[in-house]
Amino acid sequence: MTLRERIFRTPSRAGALLSVGDVVVLLIIATLLYLGLRLANGTPEVIQGPDINLTPAALPYYALLSLGRMLAAYCLSLVFSIAYGYAAARNRRAERWLMPLLDILQSVPILSFLPVVVLSLTAVLPQAVAVEIAAIVLIFTSQVWNLTFSFYQSMTTIPTEYREAAAVFRLGRWLRLKQVELPFACMGLVWNSVMSWAGGWFFLMAAEIFTLGERDFRLPGLGAYLQTAANDGNVEALLMGIGTLVLIIVLLDQLVWQPLLAWAERFKISQVSDDNPTTSWFLNSLRRSGLVGWLRRRLIAPVGRWLDHTLNRPPRQVPGLETAEFERRSLLGWIFLLLVGFGAAYGTLRVLDLLLTMPASNWGEIAVGGGATLLRVLIAVSIALAWTIPLGVLIGTNPRAASILQPLVQIAASIPATALFPVLLLGLLALPAGANIAAVLLMLLGTQWYLLFNVIAGASAIPQDLQYTSDLLRLKGWKRWRTLILPALFPYIITGLITASGGAWNASIVAEYTHFGGETNQVTGLGALISSSTANGDYALLLASTLTMIVLVVAINRLVWRRLYRIAEDRFRMDQ
Amino acid sequence: MTNDVLLHVDHVTKVFGQADRRFTALKDINLTIREREFVALLGPSGCGKSTLLRMITGLFAPSEGTVYYRNQPVRGINPYATMVFQTFALYPWLSVLDNVALALEARGETSNARFERAEKLIDLVGMDGFERAYPRELSGGMRQKVGFARALAVEPELLCLDEPFSALDVLSAEALRGELMELWIGGQLPTKAILMVSHNIEEAISMADRVVVMGKEPGRILAEFRIDLPHPRSRKDARFEQTLDRIYGAIAGRTEPETKEIGTAPGAPGPTRILPGASVSALAGMLEHLLSHAGKYDIYRLDNELDIEMADLIQVIEMAEMLGFATVGEGDIQLTPLGEAFAEASILTRKELFAQRARRLPMIQWMMQMLNATPDRRLPWKVFHTALLPEFPDELAERQLDVAIDWGRYAELIDYDDSGETVSLAAANGQEAMAAR
Repeated sequence: MTLRERIFRTPSRAGALLSVGDVVVLLIIATLLYLGLRLANGTPEVIQGPDINLTPAALPYYALLSLGRMLAAYCLSLVFSIAYGYAAARNRRAERWLMPLLDILQSVPILSFLPVVVLSLTAVLPQAVAVEIAAIVLIFTSQVWNLTFSFYQSMTTIPTEYREAAAVFRLGRWLRLKQVELPFACMGLVWNSVMSWAGGWFFLMAAEIFTLGERDFRLPGLGAYLQTAANDGNVEALLMGIGTLVLIIVLLDQLVWQPLLAWAERFKISQVSDDNPTTSWFLNSLRRSGLVGWLRRRLIAPVGRWLDHTLNRPPRQVPGLETAEFERRSLLGWIFLLLVGFGAAYGTLRVLDLLLTMPASNWGEIAVGGGATLLRVLIAVSIALAWTIPLGVLIGTNPRAASILQPLVQIAASIPATALFPVLLLGLLALPAGANIAAVLLMLLGTQWYLLFNVIAGASAIPQDLQYTSDLLRLKGWKRWRTLILPALFPYIITGLITASGGAWNASIVAEYTHFGGETNQVTGLGALISSSTANGDYALLLASTLTMIVLVVAINRLVWRRLYRIAEDRFRMDQ
Repeated sequence: MTNDVLLHVDHVTKVFGQADRRFTALKDINLTIREREFVALLGPSGCGKSTLLRMITGLFAPSEGTVYYRNQPVRGINPYATMVFQTFALYPWLSVLDNVALALEARGETSNARFERAEKLIDLVGMDGFERAYPRELSGGMRQKVGFARALAVEPELLCLDEPFSALDVLSAEALRGELMELWIGGQLPTKAILMVSHNIEEAISMADRVVVMGKEPGRILAEFRIDLPHPRSRKDARFEQTLDRIYGAIAGRTEPETKEIGTAPGAPGPTRILPGASVSALAGMLEHLLSHAGKYDIYRLDNELDIEMADLIQVIEMAEMLGFATVGEGDIQLTPLGEAFAEASILTRKELFAQRARRLPMIQWMMQMLNATPDRRLPWKVFHTALLPEFPDELAERQLDVAIDWGRYAELIDYDDSGETVSLAAANGQEAMAAR
C-alpha cells in the first residue's frame, strides 16, 4: 500500500449497505442524543456571554486561549486514536464493533452535536467550564476519526515481513510498539495531524461564536474577537484578528508541522532514497542547536532508557502469527453486551416516544429543510468543482504557475471559513436573498480547499508517458480533457468530493442560522432547523432533525460516494 | 532417536481456510535435521516450502502432527531457531547497528553491551563501517548481510534461511553464498544446523549436505538426495551435473498418460489439475529453443539458456506437457511431433494448433459448456470463481481463471470483458456453437 493510500484513503468496508452493526450504532447515537436532551432541560433561559475586548493588546491573550483549546483537544485525540486503533487492530472481537462504530461516527455531521453537547453540559456544570469542555469535545470529534482510522490502518497493514521478524526475534509488546508499530504509523499520524488541525480551526471558530437565542455561549478567543469586530463594524480590529490567525497558522506550519514532516521522512518504508525529501530549516537549526543536543542527552535519552528498562519485558512465550479462533466471550463481556443492549432498547423507546409527540407538520418541515440543504450542498460543491478543476490542473501541471500560486493557495486555505463568516455577513446581509447567498458561500469556503488540493495532487500524478502520448496523438482541447485529464483526475476528485460534501452538510448548521448585529437570520434548511429548534427549546424537533441529518449523510455516503469511490479505485487508478 | 537430532517434523499437515474452502498446503511431512547438517528444501513455487519453514520457526502452527525441537513440541515461536528473510525484513527506520541490537534488546539485554555484541557481528559479516547507515542506503547484498548479522546475534541453534539470495542480483548472490559457506565450514557460526528454502537447484546443490525435494498439489516431500561432494563445489564437476540431472528429474517428474496429465473438470470426480501459470509466448519461446536441438534435452540447461527462473521454467514445461507439445522423463525434455509443428508454424496456424489442444483441457471445456448453456453465451466472472471455490482456495481460483481466460483468449475460444467482468464465448466460436444446434 502506498503512502498516499495510507494517508488519504477513506475507509470503505465492503459489505451490505446497512448492516446490523450500523443499526445498533445509530440507535446508540440516538440514545446518547436523547440523554443529552434530557439533561438540557435544566439549562438557564438566559446566558450572558463574555465581554470581548477589541484592543489589539488583547489579541495575544485570545490567541493563546484559542490555541490552548486546540492543543487540549488534539492531545486527547492522539491518545484516544492510538488506544482505539491499537485495541481494534489487536483484538479481533473488539474490531467487530469498533470499526462499524468508527465508520458511522466519522460520517456524522459533527456540528449537529454542538447544540446538544453545549446544552447538556451547561445543565450539569458551571457555565464557563461547560462551554470550554463543549468546545474541546467538539474540536476533539472533528480531529479524532481520521487519526484513529490512520493508526488502525497502519496497524493492520504492517508488512508481513516486519511482523514475522518481530515475532521471530521475540519482541515484547513495548518493543513492538516502539520499534515497529509506532514508526510504521508515524508518517500517517503526522499527515493526519496536519489535516486534523486544519479541520479543528473551523470547529474552534464555530464553537467560540456559538449563540442560541438569548443564550450566549461564546468563548473568549480569536473567533469571538472576529465576530465582535464584525458586529461593531470595526474593520481595523477585524484585519488585526485575521492577521493574528494567519500568523499563528503559518508559525505552526513552519515551527511544528514542516519539522515534523521532515523528521518523519525517516519512517518512509520505501527502500530507495528520495530525491527531494521534505526539508525544514527549523528542524535543521534544531539539530545543530547546542541546547537541543543537551536536552537530548540529559533528558530524552535517560527517560527513553528508563522506559525501555521498565517496559521491556522479554516474553517467555511468543505466539505465532496466525489469527486464533475467537476465544469464548467472558461473563463480563456478556454483561456488558446485555447492558448496552438494554440501554439502546430503552433509549430507542424513549426516542420514539418523544418523536411521536411531534406534530406531523414538523416532519414536513424536516423534509423540506432536508431538500433545501441538499440543494445548497449541491450548489456549493458544483461551484467548487467549477473553479478548482481548471486552477488545480494549472498548478499541478505547470511548475511555474505552481511556484507562484501554491503559497497563496496554502495561506488562503489555512484561514478557517468560520473565521471569515462574520465578515461575509457584514457584506452580504444587505443584499436581497443575502442570507441564502451567505449560507452557500460559507459552505463553499469550508469545502473547496479539499477539492483543490486533491485536484492538484491528481494533476501532478498524471504519468509523463501518457502526456507525451497525448502530445504525439495531437490531442488538444476538450478531447485531451476527456481522454486524459478527467479520467486521471477522477479518483482524486471523488476523494475530494467525499470530504467536501461532508464538510458542507456540517457547515449548514452554522451557515443557515446566524446571529448578527443583534438579529437572527434564518433560511429554510435542515441546519437552520437544528439550530432554531435548540434556541426555541423544541427538543422533539431538535432530535428529529439531528437524526435525519445523520441518517441522510450516512445514506448519501453509502449510496453515492462509496460506489463512485469503488469505481474510481477499480477503473481509473494509475499508480497500480 | 539419538541425541544429535535437533529438529523432527512428525507427520505434519497444514490446511488453510475453513469449511468448504479448505486448501491443503502440506500433507504428511516428515523431516529430521541433525547437528552439523545443512539441509536445503527445494521445490517449485506453491509447494509449501516456505510454509514448512514457518511451522518450524513457530510462526504457523501445524493443522495435524507435531514439530519437535530437541524432543520438545514447538508451541509459539521456536526460541532456538531464527530466520533470514527473502525480503530482508530490516526496519528501514533503524540504522544497521540498531537493527542488529534490537534482536538482542528483545532478549532483555538493555545495557550498552548489546551494541558491542552487535558491532562484532557486523564485523563478522564484513559490514564494519556501515553501522550508522540506514537500510535504504545499502545495496541488496549488503542488506542481506545485515539480515544474517541480526539472525546470528541471537546465537540460534537452527538458522532458517527463506530464499535468502533470490532477491539479490546474480553477482551479489554468488558472493554472499561463498561468504556464508566460508563461515559455516570454517566453524565461525554459533549455529548448529542450517535449513535453507530455495527454488534454485544449483544453489541447493552447491551449498547443502542434503537436498529435500518437494512437490505440490498437495505440498509433500518427493525425494531426498545426499550431496557428498567436497567444498568448494564446482559446477563444472561431472558429479555436480549428474546430481543436477537427477534432481531435475525428481522435480519435473515424468509426463503421465494424457487422461492423468489433464485431470478432470471442476466438479467432476477426480482431481482437477491446476493450470500452470505460464503464458503462451513463454511456451512458444521454449518450444522454438528446443526445436533447434533435436531429440532429448537436459532440463537443467534450459534455465540458463533461456535466462528464466527455475520455478517459471517448470511452469512452462508443465504447460507443454499438459497440451501434449512435449514429454518429460528423467530430467530430459523432448518435443512431440505436435510440439515441433507448433514451433515451426505461422502465427495463425499456431493459434489453431493451440486451440485444438486447449479445447481438450477439462477446465476450458467446462467453462465453454457453462457458457453454451446460457442464452447469450455470457456469464459473470464471479459465477466461475464461485464454482471453483470448493476445489481451490480463493486466490488460487482467481489465478486459475486468469490463466484459463488468458489461454482461451489466445485460442479465440473464450472472451473476457473487464469493465463488465463477464466471460463470454469468443464470437467465431459462438456462431459455431449455434450452427451445431
